Amino acid sequence: MNAYKYVIIGNSAAAVGCVEGIRKIDETGSVLIISNEPHHTYGRPLISYLLLGKTDLERIKYRPADWYGRNKVDTKLGVAVTAIDAAAHTVTLEDGGVVTYEKLLAATGSNPFVPPMSGLDTVKKQFTFQTLDSAVALGEAIDETSRVLIIGAGLIGLKCAEGIIDRVKSIAFVDMADRVLPSILDAEASAIIRTRCEEAGISFVLGDSVKEFSGTHAVTNNGAELDFDVLVLAVGVRPNISLVKEAGGSCGRAVTVDEYSATSLPDVYAAGDCTEYKNAVTGDVMVMAILPNAYLQGETAGINMAGVRYAFTKGIPCNAIGFFGKHILSGGSYTGETYFTFDGTSYRKLFYTAERLNGFILIGDKHPPDGEIPAFDRAGIYTNMIRDGVSLKDVDFDAVAVRPGLIAFPKETRREYLGEER
Amino acid sequence: MKRVYVNEKWCLGCHLCEYYCAFAATGEKDMSRALQGRTIHPRIHIEEGRDDVSFAVSCRHCTEPLCVKGCISGALSKDDGVIRVDKTKCVGCYTCVLSCPYGCIVPTEDGVIDKCELCLQTTEGTPRCVAGCLNRAIVYEER
Repeated sequence: MNAYKYVIIGNSAAAVGCVEGIRKIDETGSVLIISNEPHHTYGRPLISYLLLGKTDLERIKYRPADWYGRNKVDTKLGVAVTAIDAAAHTVTLEDGGVVTYEKLLAATGSNPFVPPMSGLDTVKKQFTFQTLDSAVALGEAIDETSRVLIIGAGLIGLKCAEGIIDRVKSIAFVDMADRVLPSILDAEASAIIRTRCEEAGISFVLGDSVKEFSGTHAVTNNGAELDFDVLVLAVGVRPNISLVKEAGGSCGRAVTVDEYSATSLPDVYAAGDCTEYKNAVTGDVMVMAILPNAYLQGETAGINMAGVRYAFTKGIPCNAIGFFGKHILSGGSYTGETYFTFDGTSYRKLFYTAERLNGFILIGDKHPPDGEIPAFDRAGIYTNMIRDGVSLKDVDFDAVAVRPGLIAFPKETRREYLGEER
Repeated sequence: MKRVYVNEKWCLGCHLCEYYCAFAATGEKDMSRALQGRTIHPRIHIEEGRDDVSFAVSCRHCTEPLCVKGCISGALSKDDGVIRVDKTKCVGCYTCVLSCPYGCIVPTEDGVIDKCELCLQTTEGTPRCVAGCLNRAIVYEER
């Protein structure tokens, strides 16, 4: 069959969310998932844990083995889509096949961005780190003698380092930014993570970039010389917008979607890392490429594709990520006044105005000493305050700043939270 | 769906629910032997504030569960109204801790997460925190 009611390009969180959204409304409409990756859906952020040995090819599955069957989903895996024809309601596949849809979701994700760097073509063992296949390939290329150079000290690069550190000889980073994780941490918090990584044996060349690669040698613009065996390129990612853009859909940095996950093209929806949408705290349209939002956008798309109007308006940037036993839980916008405490272990910074909580950065040890509560304990209470725009006039801010708790909310709110079906 | 509900008016702040919860997780027969000398990691906990206000908080088993929808590994799932965690799939990223509006997901000593699963594996149809609440401040019912 080459005609489906619903066609989904992509097979990750947004695609799964879309199927589960569709099936809330429409139990029987035909669904086809097309993906250029040949695998059962897997938890993409788990690829570093695969190298770490904390998951395996079975447990990394994002949904159970029978998920496609139970949801009556057909798949074409390992096949890329080459074009969308929005007027004809068709997609063309790289094998020449054409599939007709009534409603389409583009959940095309993002791809590693590799900037032009002099001599990069002379490096034999070079990898990116974004797919299961790329992680497996990196795992096969390293051994206990490997000196690994990672370009980019962001979430992907640092997580990669944690995944391989016990299997290689050394890891060095080069990043143009003057600190690690600049996208989610302020300078003080960043220093904590850098120190922890250095304690784990990682070295950093920051505020610098590679001028020239030659084989297994790199020279930076500031004159640092680095020898390495394996290169990992983790500079950043670019949303995959070409299919929607070439079909005539509106795009900025990413595919533009509204609160219904609809693109500017009729019957074409988009969700996940390939999209940009409104940040509920700041009102700015931006890329917030995080898995929870991808799922929620995908689910929203699915519900709308199945004919029910349903909006996702509460997207905020937030991250939960750990490095070598230090866990960061952060969210929202780092603007406004700050509440800040740091005792050498527990880091707690809140950003707020008189009206609302804007953002937070919490860093704590995975295993604090017995009896101590990690800084990130119950962080979701903060996330909820930001997402729902809870008025600080109704909240005992002095109490909730020290430790998140429902006790800081009005009695009536507590009764709703704990005494009603949620 | 039956869920655990709390009425703070009746909560004495005795913390017994926390001990019953931790006891339920051990699978042992004798509570004092099971918990003596151990730090407990209950999945229900008591909040206390000014004016003798106290109440228990545990998983709401939400209709639209942000923890399940945000889970990066697929370790959290909801079936028959109960949100469960598959600890073999959890990698301990704590995205669920970041997502839960009620603060009901707790890290474990093993580096994964734990949460209330309504004692369905362990008991007789009533969660232990409910059965053990002296003042019936915690109930298990349809609302």
